[in-house]
Amino acid sequence: MLADRDRIFTNVYGYQDWRLKAAEKRGDWDDTKALIARGQDSLIEEIKASGLRGRGGAGFPTGMKWSFMPKESRDGRPSFLVINADESEPGSCKDREIIRHDPHKLIEGALVAGFAMRARAAYIYIRGEYIREAETLFAAVQEAYDAGLLGKNAAGSGFDFDVFVHRGAGAYICGEEMAMLESLEGKKGQPRLKPPFPAGAGLYGCPTTVNNVESIAVVPTILRRGASWFSSFGRDNNKGTKLFQISGHVEKPCVVEEAMSIPFRELIEKHCGGVTGGWDNLLAVIPGGSSVPLVPAAQIMDCQMDFDGLKELGSGLGTAAVIVMDKSTDIVRAISRISKFYMHESCGQCTPCREGTGWMWRVMERLRTGAAEPREIDLLYEVTKQVEGHTICALGDAAAWPIQGLIRHFRPELERRMAERTAAMPQAAE
Amino acid sequence: MPKVTVDGQEIEVPNGATVLQACELAGKEIPRFCYHERLSIAGNCRMCLVEVKPGPPKPQASCALPAAEGQEIRTDSEMVKKAREGVMEFLLINHPLDCPICDQGGECDLQDQAIAYGRGASRYHENKRAVTEKYMGPLIKTIMTRCIHCTRCVRFSEEIAGVDEIGALYRGEHMQITTYLEHAAKHELSANVIDLCPVGALTSRPYAFEARPWELKKTLGIDVSDAMGSNIRIDSRGREVLRVLPRINDDVNEEWISDKARYQVDGLVRQRLDKVFVRKAGKLERASWDEAFGAIARAKAGSSVAAVAGDMLDCETMFAAKKLLGALGSTLVESRQTGMDYPTGNLAAVNFNSTFAGIEEADAILIVGSMVRWEAPLLHVRLRKAVKRGARVFIVGPHWETTFPAEWLGDDVAVLGKLPKNVGEAMGKASKPAVIVGGGGIAAGALEAALGLVGEWNLVRDGWNGFNVLHFSAARMGALMLGFAQKSGIVDLVNAKPKVLLALGADEVDFRRFPDALKVYVGHHGDKGAHAADIILPGAAYTEKAGTYVSTEGRVQFADKAVFAPGDAREDWTILRALADALGVSVGFDSFDELRAAMIAEVPALGVEGLVNFGALPKPGKGAKPKGTIGYPIKDFYLTNPIARASLTMQRCSAELLHGDDSFAEAAE
Repeated sequence: MLADRDRIFTNVYGYQDWRLKAAEKRGDWDDTKALIARGQDSLIEEIKASGLRGRGGAGFPTGMKWSFMPKESRDGRPSFLVINADESEPGSCKDREIIRHDPHKLIEGALVAGFAMRARAAYIYIRGEYIREAETLFAAVQEAYDAGLLGKNAAGSGFDFDVFVHRGAGAYICGEEMAMLESLEGKKGQPRLKPPFPAGAGLYGCPTTVNNVESIAVVPTILRRGASWFSSFGRDNNKGTKLFQISGHVEKPCVVEEAMSIPFRELIEKHCGGVTGGWDNLLAVIPGGSSVPLVPAAQIMDCQMDFDGLKELGSGLGTAAVIVMDKSTDIVRAISRISKFYMHESCGQCTPCREGTGWMWRVMERLRTGAAEPREIDLLYEVTKQVEGHTICALGDAAAWPIQGLIRHFRPELERRMAERTAAMPQAAE
Repeated sequence: MPKVTVDGQEIEVPNGATVLQACELAGKEIPRFCYHERLSIAGNCRMCLVEVKPGPPKPQASCALPAAEGQEIRTDSEMVKKAREGVMEFLLINHPLDCPICDQGGECDLQDQAIAYGRGASRYHENKRAVTEKYMGPLIKTIMTRCIHCTRCVRFSEEIAGVDEIGALYRGEHMQITTYLEHAAKHELSANVIDLCPVGALTSRPYAFEARPWELKKTLGIDVSDAMGSNIRIDSRGREVLRVLPRINDDVNEEWISDKARYQVDGLVRQRLDKVFVRKAGKLERASWDEAFGAIARAKAGSSVAAVAGDMLDCETMFAAKKLLGALGSTLVESRQTGMDYPTGNLAAVNFNSTFAGIEEADAILIVGSMVRWEAPLLHVRLRKAVKRGARVFIVGPHWETTFPAEWLGDDVAVLGKLPKNVGEAMGKASKPAVIVGGGGIAAGALEAALGLVGEWNLVRDGWNGFNVLHFSAARMGALMLGFAQKSGIVDLVNAKPKVLLALGADEVDFRRFPDALKVYVGHHGDKGAHAADIILPGAAYTEKAGTYVSTEGRVQFADKAVFAPGDAREDWTILRALADALGVSVGFDSFDELRAAMIAEVPALGVEGLVNFGALPKPGKGAKPKGTIGYPIKDFYLTNPIARASLTMQRCSAELLHGDDSFAEAAE
């Protein structure tokens, strides 16, 4: 279990005040000037060495992402850092805890990361439904400005940096990095095509890096305590500590910071008080937020909770939003509900996702009640394959994977429902 | 010049080409819906998926992917076939089975590509989506259930037309294309979205349920609703023109035409002059050709004959008239009906010298007295492109709504004598400066002053001529080339007090200035000219005769005859030829070919399709001090000529779009 002294987010439960004074006591904004004085390249190297991978779901190495940003502006365009706080993935609730209880970690991280990637300003795009959180964030940013930690000569470093907070309006798709840029620019939140990648032409056509809240918030601590400290947690390629968010059928659902690669059983036993009804009662787990395929109980129990461990199981770590489902769960209904979510949140821009998500949900609904024919399972699987990998952004994949996971692992359950329904139907008189 | 391999065939493609373009260069057909050469890349239909190595192991949208050195592109693999079938299936699951009642049938991209790339049978057993209709004005009919959300119409409005009229609402399955608050699309080019729509979601309202494309005879024509010389295709069935579509000509109209060019054709069957009329006791009465010719001969005008040419005439008619008058001993011919009298000795001074395609490259533009958006909507599109590339625009004249930023310098042309410093600087520094003088500017006497700017800003330089005059009459440049002009304009005709005045489709003349003349109207519509006439000889409209037209950029173009003129109406040149016999003179031609040959012998440039070289600009006169407020000649974009005035569609557009009369608007439910 991660020792308390190794925790980055020391106020994740809000036992202390979030304001600047309290944050400074926890170590935030401690000689930020010195961090910045290390120079851009040294900061990027340090982050690269720490092995930090993006905490937003895709797990792209953060240091490498920063290094794509231009070293100098040849045509006078500024660079921007965009921080993705549009945390809308069902099951995910880590950024919320960071923002409402430890906002200064994020703001300091924005300054340091922004400096490292030579950005002119950071835009924090916060989910529209996070009303109180946005209020806290606005207030925290104002505090930082008032204390001279942002703005001209931020934190006395000689570096000018602004942080803007922008509230979303409730669309899940705006959490996709390209759609977020469109939305920030005031347009309809629809993902842009890549290439060009944001590091070349992003927000307002300027070089931009989009990072998750957690990825940015951990940066100052990594720099203070050193890359080797951070990389001492977790196995190779999956370094560091991570906020896990466990929800569903566990005794005590919680958000907890743990070392990467912690075995699933340990995570649940130590922090959540075990699965309701005991381990024999576990049915399946969605380990990384609603968009990754579920993993049945037998496979997940001893799995290491990290990017590679879950990839081996045909799933993914995603945002580490662990949704635990015991045997009381109607698994088909659960996945059908997730399908409906993706249908509702599809932006409608490209064909496979716009048309496919609705189709998938309708078939799922019939599978739920058993009002389908066995061959429709294969049809549904084919439809998910027709959506997956054919869309502009990853929402199409996210809509397809949960269903694929269900069909892969729970096909007998689907067939049972059909058989049951058919048996219950009176025969038609001939 | 990257080298790529398409289905095993190695080809070199231009820099900046996309994978889709590379495939086309290799002769491979790539199905697409959202991609359009003249619009930005959206990449949303996903129909153009191909397999590209190196790259992720999934199909790539070829329209949005840049071609790069060493790419291996496959358009015929199993992966591509499945991807296309998949996307096609998705497009069709919510597309209604409307084909038998859909106006797009037979020219529908979705229909064609479904046959070529689809699966053949549906596997979708749920209910289809239904979408309510959207009101988009009198020209565009919507059946939005058919929409496949390619957003071509949205991109056209934003990028080409420059107005935010059409957009998408809602998201996912519920996404809908609509106009803002369901107001009518008001732009002068709005109906081009009908051509762009790959399915039957946006169709032509006036043409609804009129015909199937395979029933139509297609004739290549030239539009006469403005002086752009837009290339059009006239679709007719029997004796009726059913619709007009644009032809692609990158030098002229690209791929667009104005709404007036497209929809004035329903005026071709209304208010038509299809009988000979002679005024008896103050009343026009039907007569025979012989009676009418006899009446003209009895006027015993001798050489006291004058001719005024209208705005939509072809060169052949004007040449025949000029020959006829010449044979009678008169040179009183004029085409500038409203009394303009600019010098016509050097036509370079009244030509659009930069050319339409060339004006896109201008980087500083001064417009003097032209409401370009109404006088030449397609030129306005070009100006917008120039501004997008960074051009600055200054305008002298009353304010009108541009679709690009422009600096307004006031209504009075006197400002040309004392231009603000920043204008002079911008024009002086520009590498391709251009001046555009419109009809309103010429009327206010700005032509000479504008010529003075040629030297000041060095408008003519290597490979660039920045001096432009923008006419809005299709016949103007042809008339001037044929010498259809007097030194002092129409005043010379008035002063000559002709005994017979031939009005050739001339409806804008103030006929009260010819109180003693026998007014003979040769034309096709019962409009202002016919009302004032003593004798009416029914002629042919532009779709009913072959002819030569010269656009305002001096481009000679030929049009074919699509249909026959109605009733007793004849092609204009035959009327003039017969009149020559009645008057006992010879014009020297008996057939259209002979007429055209004689015309080309006189003005050789009219025989060569393409731009006419008018030579160098004249030296400006000394000390031109223009003064006067500019007034624009066009008061109503939709009703500028007799055909448009007779057209119900144009009348409706005028009432609804310009005068806010919403009694036509149907409630969108």
